Amino acid sequence: MQSETLTQKNGSKMAANIAMIVIVVALAVLPLFIVKDGEFGGADGKAEEAITEINAEYQPWFSPLVEPKSGEVESLLFALQAAIGAGIIGYGLGWLRGRAKNQDVK
Amino acid sequence: MSKRFQLAIGLALMLILIPVSASAMHIMEGFLPPVWCISWGALTIPFIVMGLFSINKTVRENPRLKILIAMAGAFAFVLSALKIPSVTGSCSHPTGVGLGAILFGPSAMSVLGLIVLLFQALLLAHGGLTTLGANTFSMAVVGPLAAYFIFRLVKKAGGPQWLAVFLGAALGDLLTYVTTSVQLALAFPAEIGGFGASLAKFTGIFAVTQIPLAISEGILTVLIFNAIAAYGKDELKALKLFSPGGANHAK
Repeated sequence: MQSETLTQKNGSKMAANIAMIVIVVALAVLPLFIVKDGEFGGADGKAEEAITEINAEYQPWFSPLVEPKSGEVESLLFALQAAIGAGIIGYGLGWLRGRAKNQDVK
Repeated sequence: MSKRFQLAIGLALMLILIPVSASAMHIMEGFLPPVWCISWGALTIPFIVMGLFSINKTVRENPRLKILIAMAGAFAFVLSALKIPSVTGSCSHPTGVGLGAILFGPSAMSVLGLIVLLFQALLLAHGGLTTLGANTFSMAVVGPLAAYFIFRLVKKAGGPQWLAVFLGAALGDLLTYVTTSVQLALAFPAEIGGFGASLAKFTGIFAVTQIPLAISEGILTVLIFNAIAAYGKDELKALKLFSPGGANHAK
């Protein structure tokens, strides 16, 4: 009986989680269809344009020390950043879950 | 001027200014006059110092929380690597600082946020070293402060835990970029209209782009918070954040 309600509870949690993930994906994908002529460059590029509009004489006074050599290298580094983060989160959740299971057994 | 012509000018300028197009949603390297760089940097220092003491205290009192601190930092690491398309036709990324701020308090997240920004400035030419102070202030001071106090406020008002987490993380994200807009508007007031006109312009670029992303960040933070709540009850109890049933079903 107890385990039944537990499964039900887990089921509704799962449904809520899936719904939330679907919303996140939709929020990222829908703009691509709504804004048909969008460039989808960085918001920073727009800001640079705006700065130049406000103050045409402004020159950046410092350049990045190291810049990724190309868009590909840059995306590699971003992917690496996300992968390292995701790895740590996955490890942490796995560790917590394993510990919780061990406690149940005892 | 036709739209196309305007765009052509913009693109030409962009190509001249950035030979390798480094897209960044933080303030770009060299794009903030030195006086502002130093001012924002100085304003950030007290939060970093408090954060170091705060993390030290958390770890000393409860060494098992180390894994959660690592996870909070990692969450910011992942989310700030994800550049997501938005309704304005440009891309930006969430910050991921809400989770750590809710778990460990705002100043602890200032330190973790600074680490993320430093990594991106050094290796990715994303943000910048000269603008590190300003970017740390927006993403790692204002964002976490907003997330922490909104979370507390919603909980105090009797709101459910999931709503408190969602609103804290989402509004913390949004206010980060409002801060970025304020910083740019202060440094670049328009000739006609001054600060207000510039603020409207930069808010239109950064903050509006950020709205759907802020909602995403809120949802993702609820998801990870629930996962931590499900298996890390002891940790949440130690942080006085535990409510039975996890964030999703809490009263």
